[in-house]
Amino acid sequence: MSTDVVALASASRGGVRRRFVNRLATTLMALAVAAALLPLASVLYFTVVKGLTRFGGYFLQHSMRGVGPLDRTGGAYHAIVGTLEQVGIATVIAVPLGLLAAVYTVEYGRGRLASLIRFFTDVMTGVPSIVAGLFIYAFWVLALNQGFSGLAAALALTILMLPTIVRSAEEMLKLVPDALREAALALGIPRWRTILSVVLPTAMAGIVTGVMLAIARVAGETAPLLLTALNFDGININPFKGQQAALPTFIFSQAGAPQQVALDRAWAGALTLVGLIVVLNLIARVIARRSRVHG
Amino acid sequence: MSDAPALAGGGLTPLGASKDASAGGRRGDKIFRGLSGAAGITLLVIIGGIGVFLVAKAIPALRADTAGFLSTKDFLPEAAPPVFGVAALAFGTVLSSALAVVMAVPVALGVALFITQVAHRRPAALLGSLVDLLAAVPSVVYGLWGVAYLNDKIVPISKALHSGLGWIPLFGDTGGRYGRSIFLASVVLAIMILPIIAALSREIFLQVPAGNREAAYALGATRWEMIRTAVLPFSRPGVTAAIMLGLGRALGETIAVALVLLSNFEISAKILGPGGNTIAANIATKFAEYGPTGRGALIASGLVLFVITFVVNLAARGIVYRSARRLEGPA
Repeated sequence: MSTDVVALASASRGGVRRRFVNRLATTLMALAVAAALLPLASVLYFTVVKGLTRFGGYFLQHSMRGVGPLDRTGGAYHAIVGTLEQVGIATVIAVPLGLLAAVYTVEYGRGRLASLIRFFTDVMTGVPSIVAGLFIYAFWVLALNQGFSGLAAALALTILMLPTIVRSAEEMLKLVPDALREAALALGIPRWRTILSVVLPTAMAGIVTGVMLAIARVAGETAPLLLTALNFDGININPFKGQQAALPTFIFSQAGAPQQVALDRAWAGALTLVGLIVVLNLIARVIARRSRVHG
Repeated sequence: MSDAPALAGGGLTPLGASKDASAGGRRGDKIFRGLSGAAGITLLVIIGGIGVFLVAKAIPALRADTAGFLSTKDFLPEAAPPVFGVAALAFGTVLSSALAVVMAVPVALGVALFITQVAHRRPAALLGSLVDLLAAVPSVVYGLWGVAYLNDKIVPISKALHSGLGWIPLFGDTGGRYGRSIFLASVVLAIMILPIIAALSREIFLQVPAGNREAAYALGATRWEMIRTAVLPFSRPGVTAAIMLGLGRALGETIAVALVLLSNFEISAKILGPGGNTIAANIATKFAEYGPTGRGALIASGLVLFVITFVVNLAARGIVYRSARRLEGPA
């Protein structure tokens, strides 16, 4: 590398060409930014504009029960209920599990086991969501004979949330200064009390941000739901029994239908889902910013 | 952030003070340690369980298969007798993901370089979060957008590619039909993995020591020459890992591909016309209509996908760990 630098320094006589190459490279980088932002703008524009044709009070308060292929009625109420319940259950399972695992690797783990857990958490990040769905189908629906349900979908979402939560919680726990831990221990406070009442509260804002981002990520997952909760046109309030709709599967089934009115419903569903995710992201950002000021 | 690892290893050795702690405190410690350890082990059990249960539920279907699973193109597990294989699906998966990576990498690296090396701090932060926003859009929305909007734009581009570069097998004749193709799928995939590669590369470019960059400038390098001689060589392992993680994401992406493709089970390198399929998309579209054997066959194909993505991710992590050790070494 250093010889490279020397070479280019001594060859500085081709100044015009070098400046041109530099200008060209900068232009290409700026074009790359434009190329990345163009699809974002287009996706958001279509979601809002096309979504608004059907979005509204009626859409939010009605299900798809008894809606024929050509009917101009129908809404996503059943899907919203499903998404909230499934993501809620997944959060309730994944947050304590992920937090404890992070506490183990950061606060207790020094040996083989901790690095093994850390490594496989990384690997778990790369598990395709459809594979998580297949696993819950094979394990929960087939082997344990529990049937398709919102809970099964929530379990698949849990698998997808866990690595995100563990990784972000680990990062936050690592940022807690050792001096705080030592001070608590020096006062004779047992290790577990130190972790619960000193370390975790200090890292809490960052952990909450990570959790919100994990929730936002799995709220849009479609593939695992198709294999665990299937799809359902009616309202099923009970997540523990029977097929249940969710916003992503609602969008998927409406987008696959040939009628324009179904496509419009798909866009309205997309608007609902993106709105939900944007709100979650905003909450995460606000929490992160506030913690930075006071931290 | 960069000094975090120094604290990380600092799991404190129990100080003398803990010996004086009450017996209750010690019992509490044992319980809490056990609980958190159990949570960690649960993660390992889940990963192991994924492999075990996919294999267990795939075996009956594979026994019923009357054709070679890895070499057969057709996927007809519900026929009597069942004939299915993963060859065409695996080919479509790898082809579409590879094309997506080829399209996404230059753009993602350009974005990451622009944000870290060119833009001023405030606009850079704004651009960064905008690009991150690309990752927040659910894949089903990308699929919807791809089929309802992007396809109409891809058709003329496909025609132009065929008439201009038709001698390249990739852009070969598809019977005059364009769109709903592997090409469209890989463009959508490229958009979806772009923010991942860009965000990871950004982190890596930021870790280039200021001294290396300043040394290049001091020798009279232009900005591009500084990037070429100081930033890129330093970042190579990290960027390689970022690209492989993006590839892993593309391989496993399901719904966007399922919505965009008009699928068939041919192995064809011609990417401009309707057809082709991927493992993940096939599972999503066929699951509801299949019976036990069919679903077993889908699980078997999912196992193949799991193994492929597992290997890709393992390789990426290996690179990350090795280069992390290299960086820590001299410090």
